[in-house]
Amino acid sequence: MTTASPQIVAQALVKRFGAFEALGGVSFEVAPGEVMGFLGPNGAGKSTLIRILCGLLRPSSGRALVAGIDVAKDPEGVRKRIGYMSQKFSLYNDLSVIENLRFFGGIYGVPRQDMEARLRFAVDMAGLAGQEDSLVATLAGGWKQRLALGAAILHRPTILFLDEPTSGVDPQSRRRFWNLIHTLGAEGVSVLVSTHYMDEAEYCNRIALINRGRLVALGTPAELKQRSLGGELLEVRCRNLGAAIEALRRAPGVRDAAVFGSTVHVVADPAANYRAGLAHYLAGHGIADAGVRPIAPTLEDSFVSLVQASSSAAEAR
Amino acid sequence: MRLRRVRAITVKESLQIVRDPRSLMIALLIPLMQMFMLGYGINLDIMHIPVCVMDREASQDSQGLLHRFAASRYFDVRRAAGSEADIRRELDSGDCSVAVVIPAGFSQGIGDTGAGEVQVLVDGTDSNTANISASYARAVISAYSADMQSAALRRKGAVATTATPVDTQARVWFNEELESRNFIVPGIVAMVMAIVGAQLTALTIAREWERGTMELLMSTPVEPMELMLGKLLPYFVVGMVDAAICLALAVFWFHVPFRGTLGLLLFTTSLFLLVVLCIGYYISVAIRSQVAASQIALLLTMLPTTLLSGFAFPIEQMPAFVRGVTYLVSARYYVTIVKAVFLKGTGAAGLAVPILCLAVYAAAVTLLASRAFRKTLG
Repeated sequence: MTTASPQIVAQALVKRFGAFEALGGVSFEVAPGEVMGFLGPNGAGKSTLIRILCGLLRPSSGRALVAGIDVAKDPEGVRKRIGYMSQKFSLYNDLSVIENLRFFGGIYGVPRQDMEARLRFAVDMAGLAGQEDSLVATLAGGWKQRLALGAAILHRPTILFLDEPTSGVDPQSRRRFWNLIHTLGAEGVSVLVSTHYMDEAEYCNRIALINRGRLVALGTPAELKQRSLGGELLEVRCRNLGAAIEALRRAPGVRDAAVFGSTVHVVADPAANYRAGLAHYLAGHGIADAGVRPIAPTLEDSFVSLVQASSSAAEAR
Repeated sequence: MRLRRVRAITVKESLQIVRDPRSLMIALLIPLMQMFMLGYGINLDIMHIPVCVMDREASQDSQGLLHRFAASRYFDVRRAAGSEADIRRELDSGDCSVAVVIPAGFSQGIGDTGAGEVQVLVDGTDSNTANISASYARAVISAYSADMQSAALRRKGAVATTATPVDTQARVWFNEELESRNFIVPGIVAMVMAIVGAQLTALTIAREWERGTMELLMSTPVEPMELMLGKLLPYFVVGMVDAAICLALAVFWFHVPFRGTLGLLLFTTSLFLLVVLCIGYYISVAIRSQVAASQIALLLTMLPTTLLSGFAFPIEQMPAFVRGVTYLVSARYYVTIVKAVFLKGTGAAGLAVPILCLAVYAAAVTLLASRAFRKTLG
């Protein structure tokens, strides 16, 4: 990305709730204009992390700098410069579109002379022109999400925190939402967005994989795919998937085998040269109809493999 | 603190109040209902005490005395009992709470020794009413006795003098008719305001928590003081409308004499309203659930205001410890002020102490409420 000083810096953030460790020392940086995705299963610690960065939770230890400001020392200074969308829709359902925006404009202290223009911008961005006076309760999910985003950027924040902004929204609206996020990124806004949709993570400049409160991997989607598997990815097609899995798991040099749709995905040590020899190996174990071909890993492959690796490492600890 | 943000919150909160006509109706109707229910329901005047009589003599003297009971507005003679068992039954069933028994030798006693005997039996279950009934009965009997005495003197040819050596001319001030309603209704105004005021704000923060809007609000630069002021302002207006309704009912419907100045009444009323709004707000911040906050607010305002404010139960009669506790009840000061302003027309100077106490109280709870809200999730 750029060499400009990072907009978000997390240094060894730890958060404990009683005996439960929600975050176990997470460090990363987000550059200006970067869209950073936090991907992880439910309960991985994504919301906790975002809440710490917004100053809503105090970390048990570690340091968070947002826009160069220490969140623990000057949370109000941070709040002026950020926009936040919480996981749960949090605009006022009993207020109209424009009343909601006006409220947040007032709260964020949007300069009076800019107010009308900013409201106009937010309404247009959300695609709600002509519906300014509709009660928010009557809007469909996708419009609500875009309105919430509009409210979060009324004051032109340079940093945006979005906590699972697209959960429960139809695919078309999700696509539109991500276009908006990239527009903001192109304008120099740093966006930290959490999600558990794999396809969405592909839209991010960089992805942080998070599991059980720990950062499992961090990199561009392409980097993660290459790095994570620790072997080559082969797709096996055959009729009897169960028997194939059984046989594959016992094969020397096979790191992992998992059902993927109507096929089996196999991660194998390149040294075993299974690209050529796996069909033969399977035939020797009673599966004669196996077709094997190498495939490019998807993010989901690397996600599953990384999460499994980190979970078994955590259990070993 | 930025006024712009306070205004944004006030506008938003007002819109939400207006959008929810049911809650608004409740906020305006409940005071009305409470005023009528309590205004008519609480009556400490003791009149028309049901009496049964047993006249064993049936002489002119005994009938004369019983007529006095019948004529008194304090007593209603309901039955003439034929036997002790009858009396017992009347008192047991509660149909009568006083029995007057005139023995057979009543007139003779007066003639011989100048002392006739009458038995008055009082149902002592409710000790206060029993005390008052007994003393009313004593008054009726002694008035009759005094009349008989002067009549006897006249018969003996003495110069008739009805004058007693020491004559009491009791004159009642402030509540001349000794109507308990005049004393109770201003106190009810305080009670209604305490209950409704705290209810108004008890929901305001808890609602934001329940609807999930609080988390976003906390991520904005809004300061706790701005949030509190912005939220209290619209409810202050609603509360003052409630107060106006209650006060108008007291004056124009219940005809409680109003002798003070409206300005002083409104000033102290707004102080008291501030106190109860802040208490409700504080509970709302602390509890985070609308139902629980509303229940606790009701408990914390209704009980102390009913029992410890002196609105119906005199504080001077309470044990020292309880009396000490009443100083912590804000309604105590307001009840003192409203009653004095209504009935005595006391001015600010005469009420300096309770007004000052109420002002200090208001400042303290405002401070407490403004600092209760923390912009972190925990």
